[in-house]
Amino acid sequence: MIEFQNISKSYDGIKAVDGLNLTIARGEFVVLIGPSGSGKTTALQLINRLLDHDSGRILFEGKEIYSFNVRDLRRRMGYAIQSVGLFPHWTVERNIATVPQLLGWKRSRIDQRVTELLTLFAMDPAIFRTRYPHQLSGGQQQRVGVARALAADPAVLLMDEPFGALDPVTRAALQLEMKRVHEVSGKTIVLVTHDIDEALLLASKVVVLDRGRVVQVGSPLELLSKPANDFVADFIGRADRGIKLLSLRAIEPYVGSAPAAPDAPSIAINATVREAVSCMAAAGVAVLGVRNSDGRVVGSVQAADLLLPVRHG
Amino acid sequence: MSFNPVLALINVLGLWAALALPLLRVAPNRLVSGDPVYLAELLQTPSRGLFPAGWVVLIVAAMVAAIFGSARRWVHWGVVGIAAVWMATLVWLAGHHASATALTESPLARTALGAGFWSLFALSWLLCLDAVERLQIGFLPRMALVASVAVPMASVVGLGYCDELSILKEYANRSDVFASAVLRHLQIVATAIVPTVLLGLPLAWAAYRHARVHSLLFPFLNLVQTIPSIALFGLFMAPLAWMAASYPLLGRAGIRGVGLAPAVLALFLYSLLPVVRSAVAGLQQVPGAVKTAARGMGMGAGAIFWRVEVPLALPVLLLGLRAAVVQTIGLAAVTALVGAGGLGSLMFEGLFSGANELVLLGVVPIVVLAVLADGMFKALSAVLKGPVA
Repeated sequence: MIEFQNISKSYDGIKAVDGLNLTIARGEFVVLIGPSGSGKTTALQLINRLLDHDSGRILFEGKEIYSFNVRDLRRRMGYAIQSVGLFPHWTVERNIATVPQLLGWKRSRIDQRVTELLTLFAMDPAIFRTRYPHQLSGGQQQRVGVARALAADPAVLLMDEPFGALDPVTRAALQLEMKRVHEVSGKTIVLVTHDIDEALLLASKVVVLDRGRVVQVGSPLELLSKPANDFVADFIGRADRGIKLLSLRAIEPYVGSAPAAPDAPSIAINATVREAVSCMAAAGVAVLGVRNSDGRVVGSVQAADLLLPVRHG
Repeated sequence: MSFNPVLALINVLGLWAALALPLLRVAPNRLVSGDPVYLAELLQTPSRGLFPAGWVVLIVAAMVAAIFGSARRWVHWGVVGIAAVWMATLVWLAGHHASATALTESPLARTALGAGFWSLFALSWLLCLDAVERLQIGFLPRMALVASVAVPMASVVGLGYCDELSILKEYANRSDVFASAVLRHLQIVATAIVPTVLLGLPLAWAAYRHARVHSLLFPFLNLVQTIPSIALFGLFMAPLAWMAASYPLLGRAGIRGVGLAPAVLALFLYSLLPVVRSAVAGLQQVPGAVKTAARGMGMGAGAIFWRVEVPLALPVLLLGLRAAVVQTIGLAAVTALVGAGGLGSLMFEGLFSGANELVLLGVVPIVVLAVLADGMFKALSAVLKGPVA
């Protein structure tokens, strides 16, 4: 879908992006992560030509991005940044309709699309379409920002720290919504963040950048289990690495038939190992009951098992 | 029980003004300065079955109640009402005394408004604005309320109760030129402001886009502001006179060393700074993220300018334009010195002949015009800002 071929970009002689090679396949959720000045935002803005690279080639759908008309290229890629990017003088409806209007969609089609997107983000269209950005909470503004980026059904969604300005609770809720939107729409998403937990939660592929160079590319599991070097290990958070790994495992394979005490706390079967361990620590027990989707206790998990790799067979 | 310090201070000042400053001055004719008449004297004169003294006592009692009463909404409404009635009363008292003087003394006698009147009037107006502010109502209802406060007072004047006051006598003497002076004043302001906007906005755009234009333009505009207006008129008189002499066509078009041309040119230069500065400031305060988002979504430069930057810069631009218009209305008075006419010519005629009332006849309408223009722009901003504020 998008391919960086040996891309470099400097500002005043300092390389912001240095020899970047990266292939982003259709439907992937790619997260670019790195400390400040690692070139992650620069790399993102090279894709929709908000910035021009100095050397190399970027392909979009197999064609060099400079073979497209720049406005057409941008209209085919959704772009969402922190909530301040909403037009403060336009209603929610008009904000979302920005690109469809630029593309000359019919009124009725735009109306329908706005309703669809607001519904997707659990915002009642009857209430929210005529509101102005300043009348929304931070989380709602960001939802509108993402809805606006999705409005013209772009092939690719580019997101630059979209949840950076939100409180932790709202951020977590929006991250889950984003995961759902990705699963439902199957869009290719490229997201920039400096929050490693966000990357591990959302990404199908994490790209760790440092001083303009790719340090490691891999799935969250690969990153946690085999960090390429000390930089990645530090960035993930050396001491937390094991705990983070647990959050990538489901408890399902660990469920045994040994009964838990009748008054022992229980946990849903789709929980992660991290949640189970956390629950045990909080309740001061070594065994948890496990509930199925009906809420019935169907087995238990033992603290001693959870920390071991999954037993197969 | 609460205490309203603003109301208390205004009332104490008002009390002092009422006792210490003459409300009116009565002179046997137009040329000598008159004897002071205090509010207390007016209240002692019985008049046609009305009891102004009782009336004033009532108003003072209501004020004291409002100062120490609770800060409820109806109290603020009450204060606005009292201020409106009090201003009308003040005008009526002055007018009534003037009529009485005209009857008892010679018809040449002049009753002029004194320092006490103007102080009490200004304090009442402040009182009213403060109370309206405390009501915390929307902008347009607030404007309507402030305007309606003037209604009782205007009715007293309109019904002819004040015709014997010397300022209205001056008006009666000059009524033939008064209307044309007002129109001329507005013409001067408009001929200066329209080119300011037409030239200022493109200049602002250029200064916003190009740092070089910015660094050349602003020192010049700032320099212009420091030149006194009379000096600036003088600066233009010689070149304009020379141009008119050399090119008779220009002369026939009304370009001369004196009159409208130098006046308008100077006012235009003065108003350029607030307009350009506010337009540039307005464009600069559009958040960068909004522009990046617009670009990232594939809006062209033109669309970003007209649909994003201009609407977001407009509230700030209007502030500057408002300042420019109000400033020009005031400065236009001085243009009478180079023969441009307008309300300034009444003012200067009064100044040179020592007729204070004639000065007022020129100044009061200028103040009223400035207040009206100010209110108009505020209303416009409120309407435009409605959704964004």
